[in-house]
Amino acid sequence: MMRTPRTARRGATVGVAIGSIALLTLTACGTTSGDSASTGDALTELGEAEGQVSILAWPGYVEDGSNDPTVDWVTPFEDETGCEVTSKTYGTSDEAVNLMKTGEYDVVAASGDATLRLIAGGDVAAVNTDLIPNYEGVFDFLKEKEWNSVDGQSYGVPHGYGANLLMYNTETFAEAPTSWDVVFDKASENAGKVTAYDSPIYIADAAVYLMAHQPELGIENPYALDEEQFQAAVDLLKVQRESVGEYWSDYLKEIQAFETGDSVVGTTWQVIQNVLAGSGASTDVVLPEEGATGWSDTWMVASDAANVNCAYMWLDYIASPEANATATSYFGEAPSSQEACEYREDCEAYHAGDEEYASQIWYWTTPIAECVDGRTDVECVDYAQWTAAWQEIKG
Amino acid sequence: MRLSRLSRTTLAVVAGLILVIVYVPLGVVLVNSFSTSTSLSWPPPGFTFEWWQRAFQSAGAMEAVGTSVFVAIIATAIALVLGTLISFALQRFDFFGRHTVNLLVILPIALPGIITGIALNNFFRTIMGVPLSIWTVIIAHATFCIVTVFNNVIARLRRTGTKLEEASADLGAGVWTTFRLVTFPQLRSALLAGGLLAFALSFDEIIVTTFTAGSGVTTLPIFILNNMFRPNQAPIVSVIAVVLVLVSIIPIWLAQRLSGDEQQRR
Amino acid sequence: MTMNATAPASARGEASGPPDPDPAGSATGGAPKRGIPRPKSTPARRGSVFLSAHPRVRLGFLLAAPLFWLGLVYVVALAALLVTAFWSVNSFTGEITTEWTLDNVITVLTGSLYQTVTFRTIGVALLVTIIDVALALPIAFYMAKVASPRARRILVIAVLMPLWASYLVKAYAWRSVLSQDGILEWVLAPFGLHTPGYGLPATVITLSYLWLPYVILPIFAGLERVPDSLLEASADLGGKTWPTIRHVVFPMALPAIIAGTIFSFSLSLGDYITVNIVGGASQMLGNLVYTNVGAANNLPLASAIALIPIAIIFGYLALVRRTGALDNL
Repeated sequence: MMRTPRTARRGATVGVAIGSIALLTLTACGTTSGDSASTGDALTELGEAEGQVSILAWPGYVEDGSNDPTVDWVTPFEDETGCEVTSKTYGTSDEAVNLMKTGEYDVVAASGDATLRLIAGGDVAAVNTDLIPNYEGVFDFLKEKEWNSVDGQSYGVPHGYGANLLMYNTETFAEAPTSWDVVFDKASENAGKVTAYDSPIYIADAAVYLMAHQPELGIENPYALDEEQFQAAVDLLKVQRESVGEYWSDYLKEIQAFETGDSVVGTTWQVIQNVLAGSGASTDVVLPEEGATGWSDTWMVASDAANVNCAYMWLDYIASPEANATATSYFGEAPSSQEACEYREDCEAYHAGDEEYASQIWYWTTPIAECVDGRTDVECVDYAQWTAAWQEIKG
Repeated sequence: MRLSRLSRTTLAVVAGLILVIVYVPLGVVLVNSFSTSTSLSWPPPGFTFEWWQRAFQSAGAMEAVGTSVFVAIIATAIALVLGTLISFALQRFDFFGRHTVNLLVILPIALPGIITGIALNNFFRTIMGVPLSIWTVIIAHATFCIVTVFNNVIARLRRTGTKLEEASADLGAGVWTTFRLVTFPQLRSALLAGGLLAFALSFDEIIVTTFTAGSGVTTLPIFILNNMFRPNQAPIVSVIAVVLVLVSIIPIWLAQRLSGDEQQRR
Repeated sequence: MTMNATAPASARGEASGPPDPDPAGSATGGAPKRGIPRPKSTPARRGSVFLSAHPRVRLGFLLAAPLFWLGLVYVVALAALLVTAFWSVNSFTGEITTEWTLDNVITVLTGSLYQTVTFRTIGVALLVTIIDVALALPIAFYMAKVASPRARRILVIAVLMPLWASYLVKAYAWRSVLSQDGILEWVLAPFGLHTPGYGLPATVITLSYLWLPYVILPIFAGLERVPDSLLEASADLGGKTWPTIRHVVFPMALPAIIAGTIFSFSLSLGDYITVNIVGGASQMLGNLVYTNVGAANNLPLASAIALIPIAIIFGYLALVRRTGALDNL
């Protein structure tokens, strides 16, 4: 029933794509493809389950018991809806964007640094949240944010969120640091033992620090940096590079480094601290006074999803309190709703639902030329340049 | 060769030392598989059988081993056929472009995996327009496995010459018969060695696999990589590695036996 | 294709060359004198006869499938990649723009980042290769020329076995060994030495370790082919051990050694996972390619960077081609 409009739209997308290739000089390229992808032609009615659904997600988001028989929230979904789940995991947001281009996935769990790119690329469709009963329970401060919606049109359902915290070795730091300066201006005190997250998006961490320490730069949002602000952040990171022992992206590496003392200070995730605390390592985490970057992940539906009904069913299921609690708890992040906390005992540790805490987090957002902080007088540095700069920083 | 006692001993000691260095990290893996630490930290804080138990219960791990074996067997089979054909062509014939063909066989292994990986990824997805699947992995693996078969077979062909085959032909045997009864038996151990290396190469390949595996295709190396990003799974991976090393003795030993017998017979 | 292999036919006493068969099955005259029956004329035999008379067709049969495979799967893929290096990508939507541009290639050729990383990568790959050859030579020599057949068999197994303990697992094992808290520190500390920690030295060590079996095997095979009689001849002529090795063994094993270096050099040149695990903050060419294709979704730039290792490998292959190493891989 919804097949006809969907096919028609795909035709339109192709047309736009061809058009934009032909008109290379078209500066409003983003707007053009945005037109076809962003206007509200979300699903209006749920149909029959297709019997299968293909999901792309961070490792630990879609567990069917095959890695650990006790960790399984996919089987109940399959039993309930009859949608067989196949899943693929990715290691970085950038990989996710890439994989979505293959068109092989119906659903994707994307962090904020991927969502806007997916929307702009026409890879994901607007989501009709009315068809997702569990959407209502989701924390309000996670809804309709710049990383999961465009012009008030939602593009997905929030999943879990967390902050990129500052981890330190309690033996090296007798007193808990309160500022990010231990990894920036004072990084040389622990030269060779400082660690940082290995992704271009880490430049935003430097920007958060500069917001507090160099107000004259006038940074309003760490994801909306003009040329000068961006250069300041890059310079800060180049200095930091001299003290960095290693950059991390997989968390086994980070856990190992802090356990052995190869790293003593740097960014981390709460779940890493939980594992370390469990093994008795002398580490702790703080949310420094400058605030921090963080992530709020969104379940999205592919624009040409072959199994759109099962996709919606998954979105609803994974937002349900119990499934959401199980999944976010396994991954180690705060759940998306208060109800989910009834199924978790560690909500406190993740400051779930704590709006005050959540407000100090600058959630990952894709930096685009059109400044996300609303400035129109300058052009912001886009993610491609962030990536190039990140490679320069690492050297 | 007449080596002095001293040089023999020195050589033996050096060889022994190198082997020790080779096995120390494997020892670490073995110890880690019994460690209570989930992050492979050293020294192990405690002893446990938990990971061994969980590894054998892990359907994902078993499936991944199955997938890897499947991929490796088919890729090896393709490589055996193509590698043998090409070694006959290059060894028995002199033709224009012979060196180019030789280079072409070597290239997939000589060029870094990441290049082969992105080239094939681009080829499958944008040029052929086929979705990535287990078959794209097999095609990719077979491509860089050809060279191991090729090298073993061509070396053998060079050594055996064509006398026996000519004799067979002179006695009236057809091309197929000669191949089946004369050429193939001479090649058997070379095929075995080449095939075994191809299998090992495919089984442990991660870089090209990352770029050519479709959704849901989890070979063992990919499973291991994914588990590095999951809580509390690292020691299971150690268990798998230990088991693989132990199990690998069987095919290697068999191959050795077969080729050894052959050498003795000659 | 059932054929009677035991049926001898038309033995004409020609010592070599393809037996000039009678035109397929037409021969009626000249039945063998000793009453040996001629083989039946089946389609398979006719094919066989045709093939042995037409070597070019035989060659065609042999080459068709492999060339089709390599040509289609590999050459086309590689060519497409090279072409992509001259395109660009729309940075926001990530779509490739198929308009010719030299920007990527110029960026790669002039960017100081790429130069630094290229030299670092070549340095690491060379060091790994040297270390591997230095380690592989004695053990391969021992295996091929000193050890008893039984010991040799065990040694081959011992060298091959680590290949099966997954690349990633071994890399992480080295991460553990090289850590400040690891075994190496524990062993070295009494001597006042320290582990190199994570960084380029760790990368070199780990990569050497990972590729060692791939270097030992071809060298072992190459040394095995050096006939013992040659070594004895040298000894009989008064050649001492080391001169014999230097003047007889080494030149004969050189192609095999170079074949081994192709493995270690090219595998190191493209690696990005090991350097990620033990390399500290360093990056190599593989990382740049990976980041650009995996992270930045900039296949054109990644392809342009990939031109560097491709050029290096082609240069290396051209250099070693004369030694005959390519036949020994």
